[in-house]
Amino acid sequence: MDFQLSDEHRMVQQMVREFAEREIRPVIKEHDRAQKPIPWLFERMAALGLLGICIPVKYGGAGMDYISLGLACEELERVDSSLRVVMSVHVALNSLSLLQWGTEEQKRRYLVPQAKGERIAAYALTEPGAGSDAAAIRTTARRQGDVYILNGEKTWISLADLADHFLVIAKTDPEKGHRGMSAFIVERSFPGVKTGTIHGKLGVRAGNTGWIVFENTPVPVENRLGEEGEGFYIAMAALDNGRYTVAAGATGLIRACLEASVKYANERMTFGRRIGEHQLVQEMIAKMAASYEIARLLYLRAGWMKNMGMRNTRETSLAKWFATEAAVQAALDAIQIHGAYGYSDEYDVERYLRNAKGEVIYEGTSQIHTILQAEYALGYRKDRPLRCELPAYDPELWRAEPAMA
Amino acid sequence: MHIVVPIKQTPDTTAALTVDASGRISWGDAPLIVNPWDEFAIEESLRLKEKFGGKVTVITLGPESAKEALKQAVAMGCDEAILLHDPAFEGSDAVVTAAILAAAIRKLGAVDLVFMGKESVDGNSAQVPPALARRLGWPLLAYVGKIREVDPAGRTIVVERILEEGRQVVRAPLPAVLSAMQMNEPRYPSFMGIRKAARMQIQVWNAADLGLSPEQVGAAASAARWPAVFAPPRQEVQCEFIQGESPEEIARLLVDRLLAEKVL
Ligand SMILES: Cc1cc2nc3c(=O)[nH]c(=O)nc-3n(C[C@H](O)[C@H](O)[C@H](O)COP(=O)(O)OP(=O)(O)OC[C@H]3O[C@@H](n4cnc5c(N)ncnc54)[C@H](O)[C@@H]3O)c2cc1C
Ligand SMILES: Cc1cc2nc3c(=O)[nH]c(=O)nc-3n(C[C@H](O)[C@H](O)[C@H](O)COP(=O)(O)OP(=O)(O)OC[C@H]3O[C@@H](n4cnc5c(N)ncnc54)[C@H](O)[C@@H]3O)c2cc1C
Repeated sequence: MDFQLSDEHRMVQQMVREFAEREIRPVIKEHDRAQKPIPWLFERMAALGLLGICIPVKYGGAGMDYISLGLACEELERVDSSLRVVMSVHVALNSLSLLQWGTEEQKRRYLVPQAKGERIAAYALTEPGAGSDAAAIRTTARRQGDVYILNGEKTWISLADLADHFLVIAKTDPEKGHRGMSAFIVERSFPGVKTGTIHGKLGVRAGNTGWIVFENTPVPVENRLGEEGEGFYIAMAALDNGRYTVAAGATGLIRACLEASVKYANERMTFGRRIGEHQLVQEMIAKMAASYEIARLLYLRAGWMKNMGMRNTRETSLAKWFATEAAVQAALDAIQIHGAYGYSDEYDVERYLRNAKGEVIYEGTSQIHTILQAEYALGYRKDRPLRCELPAYDPELWRAEPAMA
Repeated sequence: MHIVVPIKQTPDTTAALTVDASGRISWGDAPLIVNPWDEFAIEESLRLKEKFGGKVTVITLGPESAKEALKQAVAMGCDEAILLHDPAFEGSDAVVTAAILAAAIRKLGAVDLVFMGKESVDGNSAQVPPALARRLGWPLLAYVGKIREVDPAGRTIVVERILEEGRQVVRAPLPAVLSAMQMNEPRYPSFMGIRKAARMQIQVWNAADLGLSPEQVGAAASAARWPAVFAPPRQEVQCEFIQGESPEEIARLLVDRLLAEKVL
């Protein structure tokens, strides 16, 4: 067993940290206040290779491993959750699903430009009437010759207004419940696709979230990801990757709270001492320090399992559940430590709380993860092998250059 | 072109330095970084390589752990990296440091340019570049703010030096030794560079490899002595708010105060 990051991982961490510190930190507050995404964000993330970080070089990616993806998410969310959300939906939920389930042709057409950051991708499962209960979605896809006709509405979709490609889960056989669902790659340019922004969110205000409506949208049969009826499994497998990035990101948010709190506790004086010398303040700091370490170990284990090609639904769910709940608590405590100043947007900690609260809702609410963990512990839930598993990380394969056409 | 960038691993600029009673300096567990001034030299060298072809070699004189700084430079795009390490090197002053660097540069063979930082953020002496230029017998172009032109075939370089009085344009023959001011925006390491750096086996050259005898290096060979090292006394800063009825009045009071304090 080895608890040390490799040189490679440390350099990834350092590079992403510097990018977030140097370029995002100085402008994030203003964008969060104005509820406006940073217009040059994708371009910069693409230039650095972040948008294809763990995608093989032959599919346009940077060829790094799944742990690098986690480390990048931790560093990005240490500065702002909206950055990590991009990694969650573009890289984890969408691009990794293409890597896992896509045909060579689909990878060539969609994964390559996504990994290079030339096209932005999103994941559309949630609907006005179906969140936690994903099998209750109502969007339909009816086969008509060479196309499926999509009708329905998705909501709370991250990057809805900005993405070029959507991974859409719809019902191909509404009678069959979760076995009647299929996954589709939909381009924004397809007829009948409309999107709009959700304003007034509590957090991730520098990130775009919105709705998508499909009105008789024709989707070519070759844009179906996986088999007909496999949509639910694809959606859940995608969440195994998305939740991993949320877990890693929430770990970064806890670290941000810890760093801000330590700094403040060493500066602020009350009753003739630094507030860090008061034991009740120490308790909050100690809890943050502990939850940071636990969250970090949990997500790194999940990343390691992905590298090894091991099924990690249970471990990833645990990492996500723990890290996001701990992030909410850390942010609450960070505000408490900052007193009235923490209650104003002069400091960052109030933004950390608003962002952390979203994390216990998306990618499986805390209640859903509680149930999952209980069911695993009780033996009520077993993971069955998937037709296509997320490929294990193979450095040689990941770094191989594309064969000349 | 073959460009050599001597870099120094230094404590992070935000590290809190302490000095103990025996004069030993410590920066706790603050991270070590590539001397920020050297990053400008690396970036500028990479741009020259991109323009004219060739390669960039980074070298550092330091402990085993300084390999990390070299790897950082390789991750940014440098081609080769060499650590100059020997227990005998310990305690070398700036002039001896320069002598060791000079021996390494000679061993590298054909070198067109040596690009350094203007100074280190820890030692801060800015002595190594002139001492190295002297050792090599090459022209020194210190405090370079801009490279105007390089003619690898005609073997000349024209740079703008940043002086207190203004800018000075200088032409010199190659090879030459340059030291960099804040003259660009250093790039981040790329993932490809990170992979290369992580796998790279960094060469280590010791005194014998450089043809240097133990008497020529280290504390014994150094002329500089450090009889006392202490932390500068903490500066007491007092903040005074200047108040007045109108901006004009505040400005007038401020000017009076600045004159009284002999700031102006
Ligand atoms: C900022 C943000 C970004 C998002 N981005 C995306 C995206 O990119 N793509 C996407 O598809 N979706 C996205 N979502 C949607 C998100 O995944 C859903 O909000 C989430 O799955 C919960 O669904 P819901 O909001 O419909 O809540 P509901 O499912 O209606 O749940 C309401 C409450 O009931 C509880 N509950 C539900 N079922 C049970 C149960 N069986 N037992 C106990 N308690 C239960 C829940 O825990 C919750 O507290 C995003 C949401 C947010 C806030
Ligand atoms: C507190 C203190 C205690 C010291 N104690 C001793 C002592 O006990 N005995 C002693 O002899 N000396 C001592 N030194 C001097 C120390 O060895 C010098 O710092 C060193 O020689 C380099 O000089 P500099 O850091 O001032 O570099 P500068 O001349 O300021 O650096 C300019 C450029 O030179 C290059 N460069 C500098 N150092 C290196 C390097 N190691 N490898 C590659 N390139 C480099 C870089 O490009 C750098 O940007 C001490 C210095 C300090 C500050």
